[in-house]
Amino acid sequence: MESLYEALANLDGFIYPNEIALNWDLLIVMYPYITGLVAGAFILASLNRVFDIKALKPTYEISLLTALAFMLVATMPLITHLGQPLRFYEMLITPHLTSAMAIFGFVYLWYLMVVLLLEIWFDYRYDMVIWSQQKKGFMKFFYKALTLWISDTSPESRKTDEKFGYFITVIGIPSAFLLHGYVGFIFGSIKANPWWSTVMMPVIFLFSAMVSGIALVMFIYMAINYLRRKKTDIFCLDTIAKYLFYILILDFTLESLDQIHRIYEADESFDILKILVRGKLFFTFFIMQIGIGTLIPITTLGVLQFKKPRERTRKILYLIISIFVLVGIFFMRWNVVIGGQLFSKSFYGFTSYKVNLIGGTDVSLSLLWFIVPFFILAFLIWLLPPWKKFVEKTN
Amino acid sequence: MAINKENYTRRDFIKNSGMIAGGVVLVSLLNPFKLVFATKKPVGIGKWYGVGIDIEKCIGCGSCARACKIENEVPNEPFFFRNWVEQYTIMNDGQIKVSSPNGGIDGFKQPVPDENIYKTFFVPKMCNHCAKSPCTQVCPVGASFESPEGLALVDQSYCIGCGYCVQACPYGCRYIDPQKGVVDKCTLCYHRLEKGLNPACMMACPTGARIYGDLNDKESALSLFVKENNCAVLKPQLNTGSKLFYNALSQEVH
Repeated sequence: MESLYEALANLDGFIYPNEIALNWDLLIVMYPYITGLVAGAFILASLNRVFDIKALKPTYEISLLTALAFMLVATMPLITHLGQPLRFYEMLITPHLTSAMAIFGFVYLWYLMVVLLLEIWFDYRYDMVIWSQQKKGFMKFFYKALTLWISDTSPESRKTDEKFGYFITVIGIPSAFLLHGYVGFIFGSIKANPWWSTVMMPVIFLFSAMVSGIALVMFIYMAINYLRRKKTDIFCLDTIAKYLFYILILDFTLESLDQIHRIYEADESFDILKILVRGKLFFTFFIMQIGIGTLIPITTLGVLQFKKPRERTRKILYLIISIFVLVGIFFMRWNVVIGGQLFSKSFYGFTSYKVNLIGGTDVSLSLLWFIVPFFILAFLIWLLPPWKKFVEKTN
Repeated sequence: MAINKENYTRRDFIKNSGMIAGGVVLVSLLNPFKLVFATKKPVGIGKWYGVGIDIEKCIGCGSCARACKIENEVPNEPFFFRNWVEQYTIMNDGQIKVSSPNGGIDGFKQPVPDENIYKTFFVPKMCNHCAKSPCTQVCPVGASFESPEGLALVDQSYCIGCGYCVQACPYGCRYIDPQKGVVDKCTLCYHRLEKGLNPACMMACPTGARIYGDLNDKESALSLFVKENNCAVLKPQLNTGSKLFYNALSQEVH
């Protein structure tokens, strides 16, 4: 409540009295951020599988496991943000079908259960059977349980795995698009808020998701190799960087189109949004999202397409770029979610939002939901090590 | 269902899963699930409510906002309102000043000297009880709903407190109750209407600037108010089907 009084004292112009409290805080920034990482990581995996880009092979399993690790916590920021967290299941058992948010639960479940888990299962089934035969005690039982007690290792069964896996990846691509496009729609369909209400929102969310997911896998791939003291496949990194570059350009173009359209049309909300972007969002929008998150990575990656410095330099550059992009996309989500609530729907003023660095539940929970996936990922990689797979498969 | 078979194949797995699934379906047929509705429909009284506010009659005393807070136990802090009053001051140089200190409950002061004022007026605000309400549309569980009388209501025992409706309301009429963790908003004092009483804000208004009534009844006070005055609704471009009609609404009001 104290922060509300502080916001009240620092009101800028007029705001509807109920708007002083920002209802969607940092946790709701984390929600599209994490979901985007899932969709992006999955799409990188699909590039390898469906479009048969062999250079990306070393990251295939890592991408899938990363997607799963983040997917498992993707709904947590939402649920912990609810005023009544224990009622969250109502959304699944009595969904209100005209609500974008209600359908998200089903899109999420479809993606988690049908796409991610099945694809990983088919990919690892044969290996899990072998591992269950090699291990003893509890781990033997655990791997057996993971195979659902299916112990078929015949060449035909592996062919079927491959076929199903491929089929699911093909379904998975539109599903990943749906997943994050949908998150964009949750914001884009709110006609009351001119900063959100644009048909471009799902598309922008989708491309920024791909950008962030690819950057994340790039980062994790390098980190894993560093921790395992293995050499990173530079050809693979170059290929990831190339796709990151293309998709960054697409993403930036789409976002620019959205802004240019807004500026040129200059409808009734334009005056207030202009002040918003130049004022309260200046740092997060121009410096973090566009500067650090977009222009520096695009320029660096662009130069790297033509001029390739030494391997070590390139690796360091890729590491920095992946972090920059991840930070940039975080601020993109921030600008959408927080930015959209800073101005009044009366168009006559602004409220303010300060992150409670100390003692605020929003920060600690957001950090928690960002860190937990890394632990899940570590567990998944320990359980299903990609480098211990039996690779003499059909491909 | 033995799983100690040497080579347990997918076919076996699917067969067993199919048996389990079939069993579940059979059992559920014996006791079929009833269709689950998000909310119970309230018993209608055959009316279609709207509200009329005569801006020319409002003196900015804030009695409506005060009465509402007391009647509906709205939290006392100046961030939660079911209704409030805004003061608009348009200066000679075209500058527009809007304010609503504590929702107008403590009254207003006019800091702008008279000679600089082009015009000034009060605008009481409350839920527009839209016929095509964007807030009920987005509620993920159906806790926000439109009653048969055309009122946008919330089932607080069912609301999950996601705040999506707060974002969707173009008029800023909803808030999350910090104690209850659920959304709250104007109900046009539904609990009073049911007993044949008038809403608290209407009772408290000393100048009769606020009326409500049945839009289906062409002879009702509200129907006549809308007919006889040049009424407008807020943000008509959003097509929310607002049923809050203002007489003498200035274009500066959003």
